[in-house]
Amino acid sequence: MLMVFGYNLGPILGQGVLGVVNGAFYALLSLGLAVIFGLLNIINFAHGALYMLGAVVAWFLLNYLGIGYWPSLFIAPVIVGAFGVLLERTMISKLYKLDHLYGLLLTFGIALIVEGLARNQFGSSGLPYSVPESLRGATRLGFMIMPTYRLWVVVASFVICITTWLVLEKTPIGATLRAATENAALVQSFGVNVPRLVMLTYGAGVALAALAGVMAAPVYSVNPNMGSDVIIVVFAVVVIGGMGSILGSILTGFGLGLLEGFTKFLYPEASGVVVFVLMIVVLLTRPAGLFGKAS
Amino acid sequence: MADTMLEVRGLNAWYGESHILHGVDFDVKEGEVVTLLGRNGAGKTTTMKSIMGLVGQRAGSVKFKGTETVDLRSDRIAHLGIAICPEERGIFASLNVTENLMLPPIVAPGGLSVAEIHDLFPNLKERAGSQGTKLSGGEQQMLAIGRILRTGAKLLLLDEPTEGLAPVIVQQIGRTIRAIKERGFTVLLVEQNFHFAATVADRHYVMDHGVVVDQIKNSELASNMEKLHDYLGV
Ligand SMILES: Nc1ncnc2c1ncn2[C@@H]1O[C@H](COP(=O)(O)OP(=O)(O)OP(=O)(O)O)[C@@H](O)[C@H]1O
Ligand SMILES: [Mg+2]
Repeated sequence: MLMVFGYNLGPILGQGVLGVVNGAFYALLSLGLAVIFGLLNIINFAHGALYMLGAVVAWFLLNYLGIGYWPSLFIAPVIVGAFGVLLERTMISKLYKLDHLYGLLLTFGIALIVEGLARNQFGSSGLPYSVPESLRGATRLGFMIMPTYRLWVVVASFVICITTWLVLEKTPIGATLRAATENAALVQSFGVNVPRLVMLTYGAGVALAALAGVMAAPVYSVNPNMGSDVIIVVFAVVVIGGMGSILGSILTGFGLGLLEGFTKFLYPEASGVVVFVLMIVVLLTRPAGLFGKAS
Repeated sequence: MADTMLEVRGLNAWYGESHILHGVDFDVKEGEVVTLLGRNGAGKTTTMKSIMGLVGQRAGSVKFKGTETVDLRSDRIAHLGIAICPEERGIFASLNVTENLMLPPIVAPGGLSVAEIHDLFPNLKERAGSQGTKLSGGEQQMLAIGRILRTGAKLLLLDEPTEGLAPVIVQQIGRTIRAIKERGFTVLLVEQNFHFAATVADRHYVMDHGVVVDQIKNSELASNMEKLHDYLGV
């Protein structure tokens, strides 16, 4: 075992850091899923497709309107978030009184349509989206050299996750949201416009997915399948973290990215399944998830 | 004569297929404390929830200060100035005491300040940072009442606020109801315990099987004891 320390620690740390980049996207996506699941009680299968749509919108903004990365970080989430609000108003809101399964099927259908349209438009090969000028190059961290853009992704998504968590835990709006998650009818009877709160929450969760999509564009390129590639892992993250647990999603997202990274170094063949193995173990031993409350 | 604040006429309510209220009629005048008495399952809670807009299917008429509310959504009704303290208290586990207290939005001027609520219920001040559902039953009831006193709602619907509480706390809640009546609030109270009801109320309505079957002035309660025992089956 000591031989491990005889090694240069660089490569394993390198894989770990790259894993954290993936983890940053897992965290951003599972955070939105958790907020939506908590309040709307639907499993938003369209989340991956809307993440992809964020990247596609950023690509369009760049190639048709000449709008670059930084403005797109705001504009694409607003556009996709508005699309989410439209979906919620016209379709998803009709299903709240029914079983979870209906919302899942509906959003799965939406995902297939959005991805099908994107594939029809762009084919399955990725569209390149270059790293913004100011984030090109590499940054020397003590133990390794890391592409600056990836460092930015990790830091930015960490800040976004913590900010979201603070808003939910420490502000009056967050308290209203938590209360509505517990008992929406009572909160509404106090005079809160809960249908509007639900609509805006869905829009915000979707905007968060689109923001992740824009940030992902320079890393993974813009690809109609990018959502479906990542969303299955993200669902595993949500299950492992505990359905509806905000902090659980964030920690599990980053943690599983890291775990995947280390696995890639230690036993690359297992890196694609390690998350699912962990999910099975968690489901068998703690069905409510690592951070979930048993109900 | 004070103005009629709440006028309920021919109120019907359903939970899915079950028809629960079959034409409920009663009035509450401004500044009054009025109780709904009745056996378990008589429809008292359903009446309260119907007034608040918390029962999906309802018909008939519920007028609050002359405004018809029977077709309104519960958040609209709240903004007219009605607030509910539900039977199950409805304290939020994911909110601490202060967050629970501050949750209901202000709908009108004239509510109590947080300091005044803390004066009525000192426990809420001491336990401000505790998780809402970590409080004792009595403290949760104080919180459930306290948070609707802040909002400026003038008609308060209190559903069995003394249920299962120790005598000292029942007395404290009795004092609170008299104090808020003093301040001009109007209260519709559901009670099983009519000895308690007699210490706070002006009038009583008796419900049975989803209708109001009788009305008794508080001053005439003593002479109607036998009848009341019959109604309530005690
Ligand atoms: N959510 C519900 N779905 C179906 N039936 C209900 C529901 N809530 C109450 N009921 C039924 O409606 C009737 C009236 O109930 P309600 O709670 O209004 O009575 P109550 O007078 O408040 O009784 P208690 O004194 O026990 O609180 C009862 O027969 C009850 O079983
Ligand atoms: Mg009841």
